[in-house]
Amino acid sequence: MNIYNINDFNGSAANPPLLAVRDLCKYFPIRSQGLIRRRIGDVKAVDHVSFDLRRNETLGLVGESGCGKSTTVRTILRALDFTSGHAYFDPEGDGRYIDFGELTARELVPLRRAAQMIFQDPFSSLNPRMTVGGIVAEPLVIHGLARGKALEKRVDEILVKVGLRPEYKTRYPHAFSGGQRQRIGIARALVMNPKFVVADEAVSALDVSVQAQVINLLDDLKREMGLSYIFVAHDLGVVRHICDRVAVMYAGRIVELAPTEELFERPLHPYTRLLLGSAPIPDPDRRTLPPNPGEVADAGNLPAGCAFAPRCPHATAACRAERPELRPAGTDHLSACPRMGE
Amino acid sequence: MTFRLFARRPALTYDMLNQRQLTLLKFRKHKLAVAAGFLLAGLYVMAIFSPFFAPYGKYERNLDYIYCPPQKLGFNWEKGLYARGLKRAVDPVTLNSRYVDAPENDAPLGFFVKGKPYRLWGIIPSERHFFGVDPERIPDFRPGDEARYVYFLAGADKFGCDIWSRIVQGSTISLSVGLVGVFLSFLFGVVIGGISGYCGGAVDTAIQRVIEIINSFPQLPMWLALAAAVPSDWGPLETYFAITVTLSLLSWTGLARVVRGKILSLREEDYAVAARLLGASHPRILFRHLLPAFASHIIVTLTLTVPGMILGETSLSFLGLGLRPPVVSWGVMLQDCMNVKAVIDYPWLLAPVLMLVFAVLCFNFLGDGLRDAADPYASK
Ligand SMILES: Nc1ncnc2c1ncn2[C@@H]1O[C@H](COP(=O)(O)OP(=O)(O)OP(=O)(O)O)[C@@H](O)[C@H]1O
Ligand code: SF4
Ligand SMILES: [Mg+2]
Repeated sequence: MNIYNINDFNGSAANPPLLAVRDLCKYFPIRSQGLIRRRIGDVKAVDHVSFDLRRNETLGLVGESGCGKSTTVRTILRALDFTSGHAYFDPEGDGRYIDFGELTARELVPLRRAAQMIFQDPFSSLNPRMTVGGIVAEPLVIHGLARGKALEKRVDEILVKVGLRPEYKTRYPHAFSGGQRQRIGIARALVMNPKFVVADEAVSALDVSVQAQVINLLDDLKREMGLSYIFVAHDLGVVRHICDRVAVMYAGRIVELAPTEELFERPLHPYTRLLLGSAPIPDPDRRTLPPNPGEVADAGNLPAGCAFAPRCPHATAACRAERPELRPAGTDHLSACPRMGE
Repeated sequence: MTFRLFARRPALTYDMLNQRQLTLLKFRKHKLAVAAGFLLAGLYVMAIFSPFFAPYGKYERNLDYIYCPPQKLGFNWEKGLYARGLKRAVDPVTLNSRYVDAPENDAPLGFFVKGKPYRLWGIIPSERHFFGVDPERIPDFRPGDEARYVYFLAGADKFGCDIWSRIVQGSTISLSVGLVGVFLSFLFGVVIGGISGYCGGAVDTAIQRVIEIINSFPQLPMWLALAAAVPSDWGPLETYFAITVTLSLLSWTGLARVVRGKILSLREEDYAVAARLLGASHPRILFRHLLPAFASHIIVTLTLTVPGMILGETSLSFLGLGLRPPVVSWGVMLQDCMNVKAVIDYPWLLAPVLMLVFAVLCFNFLGDGLRDAADPYASK
C-alpha cells in the first residue's frame, strides 16, 4: 500500500483536502450482441473528474439523471473498480494519503471504517432479514470493534443519536417508515465514526417534511462528529441549504464547481444556468420560462468538443472542436466554459 | 424463537413479524399443503420405523397364501375387529386355485400386537408391531398358527409375502433415495449455480451452456445409460448410492439456475453493496445477506425435485437397471408387474403404484404451498 503526501497530487497545503479526486474515469464497455461479445465502445459514465473534498465540508454533486453522479461516488468508494485515475484519501487526518484506486480488496477493508455511504433507497439498502440491531451492529462486528455489552451500548448510542429509540433494535426494517429507515441507514454508516460519508440522494425518496428532518439530522451529525460529506442530490433547494460548495456534473464531467452562494448567485456555465433556471421556483411571481432543455446527453455517444454544445445557446465552432477543461474563473470558482464569465 | 404451527397467538401486526413468521403464516393458509406436509411426515416416520409399522417381515413367505387377494375387514362383538379368513381352493373344472371365505381362519386384529421378533435398525430387539393379527385374542392359539391366521391388507405376492409389509419396508429405500439424491443435487446446484452467478462472465456462460446440454438430453435414456454403467456385481449399498448419484447428476440443473439467477440479481441489491462497503467478506455477503434472501426458494425447488427422484428410482428398478432383489423397494416390487397376465389376475400387485402416486402428490402439494409462502413480501 503506497502512502502519498500532499505534493504528490498538488493539493493545497494551506487547506489540505480530506479527499482529492484526480482524473477519475469510469467507463462501462458496450458490447456487441451475439455469441462473441466484442467491446465496441464505452459508456463514459465518469470522465476525468477531479475535485477536492475539504475537511468538515459538505460538497454537493448535482446534475441531470444519468450524468454519472452515482457512478462517481460509487467508484471513489470502490463499489466499482476504477477505469483510471486516483482518489487520494487521508483516513487518519495526519496528511498521509492512500489512493482508493490502487488498493486491493484486502487493503480496502480497514478503510471502510473511515469512508461510508448512505444510500438513496431506504427500502432496498437494509437487509429485510436482519433486525435493526443486527444491521447497525454489523459494521462493528465485521471490524471487530466491539463485543457484548460494549457493542450493545454503542448501538444504543448511535440509535439515540439519529433519533431512534434503542427498543427498536429487535424489530425488522419493514416495520419502519421511510424516514425512520433512512435514519437506520445513517446509524449504520456512522456507527464506526467515519471521517467521510457519501450520501447518494439520501433524501430524494422521502416526503418533503421528512426530508427536512433528515437533512437537519445530517447537518447536526456533521458538526457533532466532524464529518465531511459528498452530498449527491437532485433537489437544488436541498443542496443550497446544506452544501458548502457545489459541483455540477454534465455527461460524466464536472462543468462547474463553486461555493454554494456563489454558484447560485453567479452561475457561469450555460448548463448550470439551465439547471438553475429549470429548477422549480417556489415564488410564482418570479417564475421564468425555462430555456429549451434539449435532449439529455447520451453518455455512450458524446460529441468531440464540449459535450453541452448541442444544447448550448452560446456554442461556437471552437466549442465543437476542442473540449474545454475545468479552469479557474474567479475566487474558488471553477468552470469548464471558456466562453462565459471571463 | 418457537412458533407453534396451530397455536393461537395474540394478534400481531404484520409489522412486528419477521420473515419466518410471515412465511409460516402464509403457509398455514394453504390447507392442502399443510395436510400434505403432515402426511409426508407420517410417511417418513413410517419409513424410519418400518419393521414396527409392517405387520410382517419383508421376506416372510407364507406358501399357503400365494397371490392371496386383499382381505376384507369384519367386525362383530365376539371377535372385535377381524380380517375375514380365506383359504385356497382349487376349482374342480378349471383347476385354477382361488381363494374362498373360510370363517374358521378369521383373524382378530389389534394394535401393538405381538408378532415376529425383529431388530429395529439392526440393533433394538422387539416383537411388537403397530398393528396386525392379535394372537392373544385367538382361543387355543398354538405355535405355528401364525401361518393360518393372517392379514394381508394389500394382498400377497407370488411367494405369499405380504405386499403391504413390503411397501412399508420398501419405502425406507424409495423415500430416502429422494432425500439423499436431493441432498446431492443441493450441493451440486448451490455450488455450481453460486459460482456461475457470483463470478459471471465467461465462467457463467460456460456453466449455462453445460446446463442447457444436460437439460436437452431425454431423461430416461440418460438414466438408463448411466445406470447401465453400474457394475452388476456391486452390492445393494453401492448400487443404491450409484442410483442416487445418477439421479442427482441430472437434476441439479434446476436448482443451479435458481441460485444463479438470484445471486445475479441480488449481487447488485443495495443491501449487498452496502455490506460490501462496510467491509464484509465474500462469504459473509454470500451466506449472511444473499443466501438467506432465497433460502426459501431453494427449499421449494428441492421439494419439487424429490418426486422426480422417487419416480426415477422406481423407473430404474422397475426396468431392472436399478436396485435388484433381494433389496425391497417400490420399483423392485413392481418388477412383478412386468407380466401383464399377472397384473390382470392379481391387480393388487400394483399397490406400490398407489403409494408412489400418494407420495409424489404430497410432495407436489407441499412444494406448491411452500412456493406461495416463500415470498411473504410479494403480496400481503
Ligand atoms: N453497470 C452499468 N453498466 C453500464 N452502464 C452503466 C452502469 N451503471 C451506470 N451506467 C451508465 O452510466 C451513466 C451514469 O449513471 P449514474 O447512475 O451514475 O447516473 P446518476 O447521475 O446517478 O443518475 P440518477 O440521477 O438517475 O441517479 C448512465 O448513462 C448509465 O446508463
Ligand atoms: S464551451 Fe461552448 S458549448 Fe460548451 S458550454 Fe461553453 S459556450 Fe456552451
Ligand atoms: Mg444516481
